[in-house]
Amino acid sequence: MAEITLEEIIKPENLVYTKTKLMTDKVLSYCPGCGHGTAHRITMEVIEELGLEEQTIGVAPVGCSVLAYEFMNIDMQQAAHGRAPAVATGIKRVWPEKIVFTYQGDGDLAAIGTNETIHACNRGENIVIIFINNGIYGMTGGQMAPTTLPGMKSSTSPYGRDVQTMGNPLKATELVAQLPGTYFVTRQSVHTPRNVRKAKKAIKKAFENQRDGKPGVSFVEIVSNCNSGWKMTPRDSNVWMEENMFPFYPLGDIKVDGQLL
Amino acid sequence: MSELKLMKGNEALAEAAIRAGADAYFGYPITPQSEVIEYLMAEKPFDRTGMVVLQAESEIAAINMVYGAAGAGKKVMTSSSSPGISLKQEGISYISGAELPCLYANVVRGGPGLGTIQPSQADYFQSTKGGGHGDYHQIVLAPASVQEMADFVKDGFDLAFKYRIPVLILSDGVIGQMMEKVDLFDPIPRLTNDEIIERYPWATTGKKSGTERRIITSLDLDSHKMEKHNQKLQAKYKEITEKEVRYELIDCDDAEYIFVAYGSSARIAQKAVKLARAKGIKAGLFRLITLFPFPSVKMFEMCGKGIKGFLAVEMSAGQMVEDVRLAVKGCSKVEHFGRFGGVVHTPEEVLEALEQKIIGG
Repeated sequence: MAEITLEEIIKPENLVYTKTKLMTDKVLSYCPGCGHGTAHRITMEVIEELGLEEQTIGVAPVGCSVLAYEFMNIDMQQAAHGRAPAVATGIKRVWPEKIVFTYQGDGDLAAIGTNETIHACNRGENIVIIFINNGIYGMTGGQMAPTTLPGMKSSTSPYGRDVQTMGNPLKATELVAQLPGTYFVTRQSVHTPRNVRKAKKAIKKAFENQRDGKPGVSFVEIVSNCNSGWKMTPRDSNVWMEENMFPFYPLGDIKVDGQLL
Repeated sequence: MSELKLMKGNEALAEAAIRAGADAYFGYPITPQSEVIEYLMAEKPFDRTGMVVLQAESEIAAINMVYGAAGAGKKVMTSSSSPGISLKQEGISYISGAELPCLYANVVRGGPGLGTIQPSQADYFQSTKGGGHGDYHQIVLAPASVQEMADFVKDGFDLAFKYRIPVLILSDGVIGQMMEKVDLFDPIPRLTNDEIIERYPWATTGKKSGTERRIITSLDLDSHKMEKHNQKLQAKYKEITEKEVRYELIDCDDAEYIFVAYGSSARIAQKAVKLARAKGIKAGLFRLITLFPFPSVKMFEMCGKGIKGFLAVEMSAGQMVEDVRLAVKGCSKVEHFGRFGGVVHTPEEVLEALEQKIIGG
């Protein structure tokens, strides 16, 4: 093997990967193994690659990604719990030429913010919604979420989610796909390199839709793991996700160019 | 061009929003203030000035739309009535914490709960003592005429941007619904996007590459930093208290008895002053225009000058009266009178209360 010096490695022509400048240098607050960091990175890479840095305003939720604005190096607003789609509506309506997106978890988007989510989607706001679904309230310590699977244990369903008394998990993505105001609805994951590439492609399409003025919301769900909330190793949590989350929340496009598939 | 018109208070507020150069109004219908959004929708302000009007899915969504647009540097407002204003309190607290400028109006109706659709002034505590969670205040302007419903929109926006604070126009069902002539101020052009970017460097308008990003948030997990942030807010409220107090003294020069009132109660108390004077009782009216900041200094000054008592007149069970008591610091008699739950008192009842509670009491 030929010797390669550090000087040669760091030459621009030998560069194979660099962190997008739209991620700050702050150490991520997410647990090791969590999908949030990857979802942040590919979102910011898309914004950089599309040249939208100077036009984009992001909206952070309440939940694990409440501090998304610490990591995303663009103009950001932090919204009250569940209200991100309303905040994004406010921004987009007065700055229609800007690119506006929300980044929300399942508790934020599909429980406390269901009203704001459905109505922003139904009005056909020209925004991007990135929805991280890990089936649990991570930030507050692992309580049952609207997307917690039947039988799944959490700190507020310690014997498993009993759908008779605790209700059914909500498929928010299928729900919003039915609304005339959504233009692109897809479900992805970021647990393998292949899935990361597919998810990034979907996010890119979502931002392109908004940039090109396609009518309505572009909605990207990312089914993700919560190894600490699920009380598993990162690897086990990904296996568990494939075996349990994906059958209930199947990956793939649901609505493309305004047409249900 | 200024223009003389006969309008409802709610309509004057809406027309003033267009003329004040507002960029957007986000609202949700509720009696007795639905005329605000109805007027705006009928007027097509987007064609007139480019102003956006959107009917939201709830008061909660409306105030959060205000949060987003205000955070992006635009001149935005909402309005509602008591139960709807309760729903907006979460957003008001966030707006206060994030130090965003905005204007909102509460055309107060009787409560608690769904209460009634009739006029009331029972939201005084909510308006002046915070309303939502946390240590915060907002500037509260109390119009007593349709004219002031219009004028305070302009003043309110100016104050909101001067201090980066929510400003509340605390109206009531009488002022919102009644018709009076109003001299509408000349239209002020909306700021251009370039002007907004230049004037409000804190606003999220899309960051230039290589510059610091703007963050609109009310969160800091470091309690010591949050304490500092709160100290900054308190310093702002102190400055507002020193500089922005507004009131009107009517027949107070030789008065022995003072009615303290705001909004429609001030109109009624003004009539009671006339009735009192006709009977030889030297009464005057201290009309509050700002409820926060409260004119405590002036009220205390008046105390030692031959005043025998203050009667707080308000359509509530006794809320503003607490601030009157705090202001006069026990140096004068202070009593409360008010009908409530949607009932509006008469000038005769107000005079009778003065005679019984202050003069005879």
